[in-house]
Amino acid sequence: MFKSMYNWIDERLDVTPMWRDIADHEVPEHVNPAHHFSAFVYCFGGLTFFITVIQILSGMFLTMYYVPDIINAYYSVDYLQHQVAFGAIVRGMHHWGASLVIVMMFLHTLRVFFTGSYKAPREMNWVVGMLIFFVMLGLGFTGYLLPWDNKAYFATKVGMEIAGSVPWIGGYIKELLAGGTIVGAQTLTRFFAIHVFFLPGLLLTLLAAHFFMIRKQGISGPL
Amino acid sequence: MAHGPKSDEKIVYVGDSRIRKGKGIQPPPDYSAFPGKSEAFIPNFLLKEWMAGVVVLVGFLVLTIAEPAPLGYPADPMNGSFIPMPDWYFLFIYQLLKYHYTSENYVVLGTIGIPGIAFGALLLAPFLDTGKERRFYRRPIASSLMFVSLVASVYLTWVSWHHYQEELEKSGIVPEHIEREEKNRESIEQGKGRFIPGREKLVALVNPDDPAFNVMKEAQCVACHGAELEGANGPSLRGIGDKLSKEELVDIITNGKNEGMPAFGKAKAGESGLSDEQIDQIATWLSEQKAAAAE
Repeated sequence: MFKSMYNWIDERLDVTPMWRDIADHEVPEHVNPAHHFSAFVYCFGGLTFFITVIQILSGMFLTMYYVPDIINAYYSVDYLQHQVAFGAIVRGMHHWGASLVIVMMFLHTLRVFFTGSYKAPREMNWVVGMLIFFVMLGLGFTGYLLPWDNKAYFATKVGMEIAGSVPWIGGYIKELLAGGTIVGAQTLTRFFAIHVFFLPGLLLTLLAAHFFMIRKQGISGPL
Repeated sequence: MAHGPKSDEKIVYVGDSRIRKGKGIQPPPDYSAFPGKSEAFIPNFLLKEWMAGVVVLVGFLVLTIAEPAPLGYPADPMNGSFIPMPDWYFLFIYQLLKYHYTSENYVVLGTIGIPGIAFGALLLAPFLDTGKERRFYRRPIASSLMFVSLVASVYLTWVSWHHYQEELEKSGIVPEHIEREEKNRESIEQGKGRFIPGREKLVALVNPDDPAFNVMKEAQCVACHGAELEGANGPSLRGIGDKLSKEELVDIITNGKNEGMPAFGKAKAGESGLSDEQIDQIATWLSEQKAAAAE
């Protein structure tokens, strides 16, 4: 039945070539841990993506309960953590996943660096990868404020002071991020919007570019 | 190039990639074009990858169940004693900004200078390291720069964390998320339900007309513990009799506790301190502050 459904769609949209471009490709021997165990270092990129998917899914579930205002943010997280069924697990996945994604991305970056895989013709993919790295750090920074506990508040305050110390434009960056002159209600809604809409949108665009380039150019060859 | 045409290895690659060199964009090569034991991404390799992913996922779920995500007390901008701490992966830059030549007058060096050069170089690595050689030991400058940066980042992170632990120990502060979990457990054990910070029910004062309360007001206890002992910068003293005995109270008032609570005994506070009788009077009254008696 699935076959006939697929054929029905394929007749109209001709999806087979698209499918071939996305999924139908070879995995060379030198990146396959089944043949060379040391090739596990090539898995970190895929694991980063795997954790990123976990982050997106768990984050989507968190927004079902989270309320981004300074009175209710803390208590909605508290409720989510202690009252909602599996809330502690979903929040735990998002919390620990945030650290894990940084670790995996870091290891992936080191693998690409030390195998020299960023060299011609893959320079652009490296630059896009670094941009993904910065977006991830931005997601970490904005997400840290959202539970609105003391740890979140004071870390963000320090972050704002650091941003404010940039010469000439520091004051503007600080005010743009904080949505005013203090870390307060505006900052929380702003960080929520950045964390949930702006940066994930940017991240998905960059990831698409990253994957498009790796499919177009293939994995770098063995050393 | 890593593999020139003169390589004596069995498989000779074109350039540094298994994709054949050609003019313009090449269509994906046929499977037969790949040498060695390559395999199809879907379904063979993806299945293996998914199995490894499942193992990672199980480990990850075990971690989330064993270590619940931390949550401290609600943000309080007036809290002056909180030690700010970013997430661990920002610690290296947080620590960097604490050194003399990267703070105060030189803060631009710490916020823009050093991180700008380091991350700028990382971002533009392919344009700085343009040689054909890919092996890390054949490009000593790039590799050693990366290695030194790695060691520096690990060191800065470690110092920052170590310093934080030291500060916690010195000031006797228990991180809020740990204290909160303990209070939550106690509260549930005592049958009072879950502990939600900022939403505790205030215990009424027992015998508010007692002269000991006036002594406390004169001794400026209320400056920190609140005009009605409901707590301010210092903790609430309502229902303190449930937690501390009279002897413990005498000891804390006389000798102080941690950094926040000063000593009020004449031995440490000098002539302006409280006499033993006054301390006894206050401790007696506070030890009577019990939730059961307030009802």
